[in-house]
Amino acid sequence: MKLHTFHPGGVHLPDSKLSAGKPIVDVGLPHKVVITMSQHQGAPARPVVSVGDEVKRFQLVGEAQGFISANIHSPITGVVKAVGPFVGSYGYDVEAVTVEASEEQHEADVEMPRVRVRDDAAIAAMSPDDIIAVSKDFGLVGMGGATFPTYVKLKVPEGRHADVMIVNAAECEPYLTSDHALMLAEPEAVVRGVEIARKACGAPEAVIAVEANKPDAIELLSRHIPAGIHVRVMALKERYPQGGEKQLINAVTGRQVPNGKLPIDAGAVVINVGTVYALWRAVAYSEPLVERIVTVTGPAMERCGNFRAVTGTPISTLLGLTDAYLEQGSKLVLGGPMMGRAALNPDAPVEKGTSGLLVLPPDMARRAEPEACVRCAKCVSVCPMGLEPYLISTLSRLRRIDDAAGENIMACIECGSCSYVCPSSRPILDFIRLGKGLLRSRKKK
Amino acid sequence: MILLLNQILMPVLVLGVLGALAAGILCLVVRKFAVKEDSRIAQVEELLPGANCGACGFLGCHDFAVQCVKLGGPVGIVCPGAGDGNMCRIAAIFGAEAEKTKPKVAVLRCAGSCTLRHPAAIYSGPQGCRMESIFSAGPLTCAYGCLECGECEAACRFGAISMDSVTRLPVIDEDKCTACGVCVQTCPRGILDIVPKGPKGRRVWVACSNRQRGAVARKGCQVACIACGKCVKTCPFGAITLSGNVAVIDPDKCRLCRKCVAVCPTGAIHTANFPVLESPKTAES
Repeated sequence: MKLHTFHPGGVHLPDSKLSAGKPIVDVGLPHKVVITMSQHQGAPARPVVSVGDEVKRFQLVGEAQGFISANIHSPITGVVKAVGPFVGSYGYDVEAVTVEASEEQHEADVEMPRVRVRDDAAIAAMSPDDIIAVSKDFGLVGMGGATFPTYVKLKVPEGRHADVMIVNAAECEPYLTSDHALMLAEPEAVVRGVEIARKACGAPEAVIAVEANKPDAIELLSRHIPAGIHVRVMALKERYPQGGEKQLINAVTGRQVPNGKLPIDAGAVVINVGTVYALWRAVAYSEPLVERIVTVTGPAMERCGNFRAVTGTPISTLLGLTDAYLEQGSKLVLGGPMMGRAALNPDAPVEKGTSGLLVLPPDMARRAEPEACVRCAKCVSVCPMGLEPYLISTLSRLRRIDDAAGENIMACIECGSCSYVCPSSRPILDFIRLGKGLLRSRKKK
Repeated sequence: MILLLNQILMPVLVLGVLGALAAGILCLVVRKFAVKEDSRIAQVEELLPGANCGACGFLGCHDFAVQCVKLGGPVGIVCPGAGDGNMCRIAAIFGAEAEKTKPKVAVLRCAGSCTLRHPAAIYSGPQGCRMESIFSAGPLTCAYGCLECGECEAACRFGAISMDSVTRLPVIDEDKCTACGVCVQTCPRGILDIVPKGPKGRRVWVACSNRQRGAVARKGCQVACIACGKCVKTCPFGAITLSGNVAVIDPDKCRLCRKCVAVCPTGAIHTANFPVLESPKTAES
């Protein structure tokens, strides 16, 4: 059978999924969490607690500000120790709430049973608006890394219609296995979450899109889909960046989302598999989004694995559970090797979008010396957005921002395929990011 | 003979007549379509620095000159690059008096040279301040301080900024600086600022932009403003306030007594052009 994939562009990467098939290890609740207020795209949340307040587990600590924003909850019971700037993972100050638990509070949290608040009948009786309200209240965001507020996606605008909902389980980034591990551990909950999300956005059908390098997940999910619901699993040919929203829509439906348009313009809603699972937990157990699966991996590691950690757990705690070794010159990447960003502060907390921690040894962390562009156009042939990366990169470097805008620089999804294939190892994406930043800051003025 | 006449004289004659005709047409066209420009525009432009820095708010030096003529003198507009002398001369062209401006100068609100801040990471991407600030807080512990790549040096049209080879921080030549503000706009960290030059060029400013809590700021850099508030209490004129964990000196209220300089525990308050200091603490540095 011929497997589908997207067009144009894309690269086939060595998948390096070292932690594939490893069971999820529960990190447990920490005694102290740092909850950052900007764990999503859009406006940062506003802290609604002050120093000295006692917060309960799952209590709201940050309130969404504006349309594109999300609520933030506390993963533990404890006392607020600090509200204010904290040195985030990239070295910049971010607004954060620090909560510390006493021994008794910690034990009470650990022993707190999970209570089912809605049974199957109650879930079936929920209207789409109820589900959207739940996803808004419980701070659900896209868990693939872009952290776009989920309720905004589920709420199909007036006059539009979604005819398919795609569950993004492609996980096309090398090394990362958090979605894979989740599908293996909780297939039933995932399928139920998919059905709930499908109902919320009103699509007649839901497709769980999984790349073919995860045959066990495909098989397991297919077995757990009960008869009579419109959910199916679709295997896709491995290709990066298949997990990009527009690429996934193309791979599954064959439709192209026009430049500057949203997925809903192509009749599709795309939601990450981790988000769907969080939706199930929110609907069935009234649990806000305060935990996620994090892959901790690296080419030089023996004991890599998948961990279930609450948001606010220090990254260093997770690294400590493996044989990750940070030495002079090694690089800690948040996310995968293609789209992830290097972190500066290992004491920064796990956030809603932290899909993986990748530790690169010094010899792999250094970048090659760039050489002259040889006009081979490999970057053009791999660009999944059909852009001319060498051109917009050069225009940005020369600060010719208007010309770069004319070449659709803002359509770039920053997948990094261009920099990856460049035989002269030119920092193509770096300059495109520079250009996008300059263009954005000028628009603000 | 006839051959000579035909082959040499005729072409010369024909071309000569054609040339004269074309010259005549050109003369007529130039007269007919001449653009009359006020001669004062050229005069004003002569007195401008010609750097097209845009500090006046217009498209360039020519545009500024055009505006001057339109307004009948430099009324409400000023070229910081020209200086007071040239602004007076420009005003004199229109028979007006130039508005006196307080001379200003750029200062660097950071003093964390490479020995005073600690390295936190290695950056190996394309060079440039703006480039580094996109990806992370930079290779040094302070997320607010100078990135030491010298984009301000390259941006300055008057050659007033040079990167110190030892501290790796930009040094501003106050004689060349025209306070045009191009460096302020260029710096991705926003640590360059335009302040009044002060009487006899004497001025006092806080050379730190770190908005972190005192302890955190001090950990990252030895000369950070830790917002302890000593200077605020010491200032007899109420010129200093704390804003976002950094002391801010109001140049209008500051009377240059330098009491704040003496009490600052980290030496974050800098001075310029004062005679040799009498306080032993600051004399050391």
